[in-house]
Amino acid sequence: MAKHINLTLHVWRQKNAKCDGKFVEYPAANISPDMSFLEMLDVVNEGLIRKGEEPITFDHDCREGICGQCGMVINGRPHGPKERTTTCQLHMRSFKDGESITLEPWRAEAFPVLKDLMVDRGAFDRIIAAGGFISAPTGSPQDANALPIPKENADLAMDAAACIGCAACVAACPNASAMLFVSAKISQLALLPQGQPERYIRVRDMVAQMDAEEFGTCTNHSECEAACPKGIKMENIARMNRDFIKASLTYRPATSGGGAG
Amino acid sequence: MELNSRIPDGPLEKKWDKHRFDMKLVNPSNKRKYKILMVGSGLAGAAGAASLAELGYEVECFCYQDSPRRAHSIAAQGGINAAKNYHNDGDSVRRLFYDTVKGGDFRAREANVHRLAEVSNNIIDQCVGQGVPFAREYGGLLDNRSFGGAQVSRTFYARGQTGQQLLLGAYQALERQIGLGTVQMFSRHEMQELIVVDGVAKGIVTRDMVTGEIKSHLADAVCLATGGYGNTMYLATYAKGCNGTAIWRAHKKGAAFANPCFTQIHPTCIPVTGDHQSKLTLMSESLRNDGRIWVPKRKEDCGKPASQIPEEDRDYYLERKYPSFGNLAPRDIASRAAKQVCDDGRGIGETGLGVYLDFEASIKRLGQNKIEEKYGNLFEMYERITDDNPYQTPMRIFPATHYTMGGLWVDYNLMSTIPGLFVLGEANFSDHGANRLGASALMQGLADGYFVIPYTIGGYLAGIKPGSRIKAEDPAVKAAEQYVSDRVSKLFAINGKETPTHFHRELGKVMWEFCGMGRNEAGLKKALQLIPQIREEFWKNLRIPGSGDEVNQSLELAGRVADFLELGELMCLDALERRESCGGHFREEWQTEEGEALRDDENFCHVAAWEHKGEGQTPVRHTESLTFENVHLATRSYK
Repeated sequence: MAKHINLTLHVWRQKNAKCDGKFVEYPAANISPDMSFLEMLDVVNEGLIRKGEEPITFDHDCREGICGQCGMVINGRPHGPKERTTTCQLHMRSFKDGESITLEPWRAEAFPVLKDLMVDRGAFDRIIAAGGFISAPTGSPQDANALPIPKENADLAMDAAACIGCAACVAACPNASAMLFVSAKISQLALLPQGQPERYIRVRDMVAQMDAEEFGTCTNHSECEAACPKGIKMENIARMNRDFIKASLTYRPATSGGGAG
Repeated sequence: MELNSRIPDGPLEKKWDKHRFDMKLVNPSNKRKYKILMVGSGLAGAAGAASLAELGYEVECFCYQDSPRRAHSIAAQGGINAAKNYHNDGDSVRRLFYDTVKGGDFRAREANVHRLAEVSNNIIDQCVGQGVPFAREYGGLLDNRSFGGAQVSRTFYARGQTGQQLLLGAYQALERQIGLGTVQMFSRHEMQELIVVDGVAKGIVTRDMVTGEIKSHLADAVCLATGGYGNTMYLATYAKGCNGTAIWRAHKKGAAFANPCFTQIHPTCIPVTGDHQSKLTLMSESLRNDGRIWVPKRKEDCGKPASQIPEEDRDYYLERKYPSFGNLAPRDIASRAAKQVCDDGRGIGETGLGVYLDFEASIKRLGQNKIEEKYGNLFEMYERITDDNPYQTPMRIFPATHYTMGGLWVDYNLMSTIPGLFVLGEANFSDHGANRLGASALMQGLADGYFVIPYTIGGYLAGIKPGSRIKAEDPAVKAAEQYVSDRVSKLFAINGKETPTHFHRELGKVMWEFCGMGRNEAGLKKALQLIPQIREEFWKNLRIPGSGDEVNQSLELAGRVADFLELGELMCLDALERRESCGGHFREEWQTEEGEALRDDENFCHVAAWEHKGEGQTPVRHTESLTFENVHLATRSYK
């Protein structure tokens, strides 16, 4: 059994979106290196509850790195020190005995803090609602094999589709830009034949919503790619920009329908 | 209580078609006058909410997560079954139906399972149409792989993230409707009570998890797609937030709970490392396509590194016991076999509760690249959690609670015993019998959401006058709201010393020990004594800091644990009363000489549906007998 470690946490505590927050120090004693980072916080929280203090609020759900609900800035890095790892899959063996750890929520204008380390990422849902889909009402599609898709395109689409919507990209970006997230969805659908009919409407509508949510713009820092737990690539942003320019140049107002029959 | 399954008459393969024609339709211009509530936004919930809104109904959808895209369907790794027979290996609707009925150990309804197999092909079409990037071959056509309990390749997949991709497809369809204004989404809302007026479901009461506001939502029909209750066991592969509250409240309001003891223990999960463990992580069943499961033949070898145990000293026990299915034996059988070798003292790892899943032979045969392409993300996940490289040393795995086949009883239309209350996906009991085959959960969730509920709910609504919803002032609505706010106050008023997690963990230990992979009369009776004690202690000694009118995760958890403490008892009671072994329900008193499950078809070829009789009262067990006209009742054999 590996030796247990002791840590000091500096945690952002904030009652709600309206109140100011501050850092509060907590000891995390006797932590097993086999624990996940969130299990370490569970242990700290159990201690706080037993003392009658309010536990640290943080978002989490699946704890296996796929739902995208967890995420906090750990020592200045979204999801902490390990590459391609969500907070829930980070383990305490990545930390040394006696270390201090600073915990903050995602910081972005578009993500109000709800409490402590929990933020409101509703902006991401609204961007998807604006156009991040293929309009294929239930029952309408043809046979799945009627449309062969080159393996390479399917694989590239899958690479982009692996995004878990955790928003670490926004937290990492000095401009709080959401372009890695938005471009991943645009790329996935633009790479597939099913996505072609709405390709240019989609990019216009999603970018418009992204701007309305007050995310910043991309200035090629690449911090998003470095922070992404799922390895989403910057090349998606390039694809989105190309599609966006094309969409802007070829824009025509929607024509009216066919009229009464 | 009457259990009328409403299975249409006529030959099996014509039932669904006939039923769709026989059901009344709702006039298109009347659809918008009906409001439907969808609780849950996983595969069944998101698919159902989107499809119903596309038809023109007014829909409200609820989830406890911060976004509908987080529902735990997202964590399903391996794949989704369909009877496409794209690989010309003898698959058909009939075979998928047969495998599923047999896999469920003859405790599912034939008619439901056949419908599931029929619509399985439409699901794949639907998902591809939405842009789900399923794996493809070089020719551009869809790829398939094999899963447990089947001898054909019928599983469609998207790397090791099939659930994620299917859920995102359904989520995007749902978001499209939200953007069009036809679905109103309530994220971070938890259902706390069902509103029933004159025996009919008319709405729900929710708690806003950000502001604490308790509010009613009134509608013409309520759908629960809230997933399973496996977190009763505390340690499980479920997300931390998964809970049984919605179905439990519905049960207490009159919905029968069917086969609560039918839980699935998945054979390939990462073993527990210590008391701090908060959840267990699954390693996809697809790994059993290329991984070989073994333990040392001799107890003395268990402490040695795997590499020092020569081939002849290894016991590939699944291949030995089940030569025709081998490592792809169904989940209940593979789990039980792992338990047996560990009970025998041949388990590996620090705790002795583990077996090897070894890829050495496949890496030699196919090359590391091929294995990486198939399972790369799963191998990475394993390494992240255990700090072990599975390309070099075999994975260590052990069974864990993964799914619940039991759930609220529903008829062929997915309606519970409360008219107007429909139950979809894992939350209902209908299709998997006593054991679910791999890659069938995604199929069932999407079948219910995309292709069943849109038809059957219309048949119900056609019989209700449009615009006849109850008013917010109705005494039943006020009473339900009052109940919810009183319960919150009651939880705070305990003001004891222990955390909600403490009680959850205590319950989990009892459930796993006495109602887990092996169950017997003495153990279940003991659990039925212990659970009320934990519950009593909970209501005396729970502590929740903070208040109810803000974000309060301790309060949320406490409410869920309070319900698990009741649900767990019903699971044990059901396990006690089902005096046979079938599928995942293994009663040690009923086994063959070789340790296989021994069914009692004479006395237990039925669904057990429990009726709540009031606080402190013993629930009543009703039965719906199962008839098998198309698949002969036989002892399952995978040898």
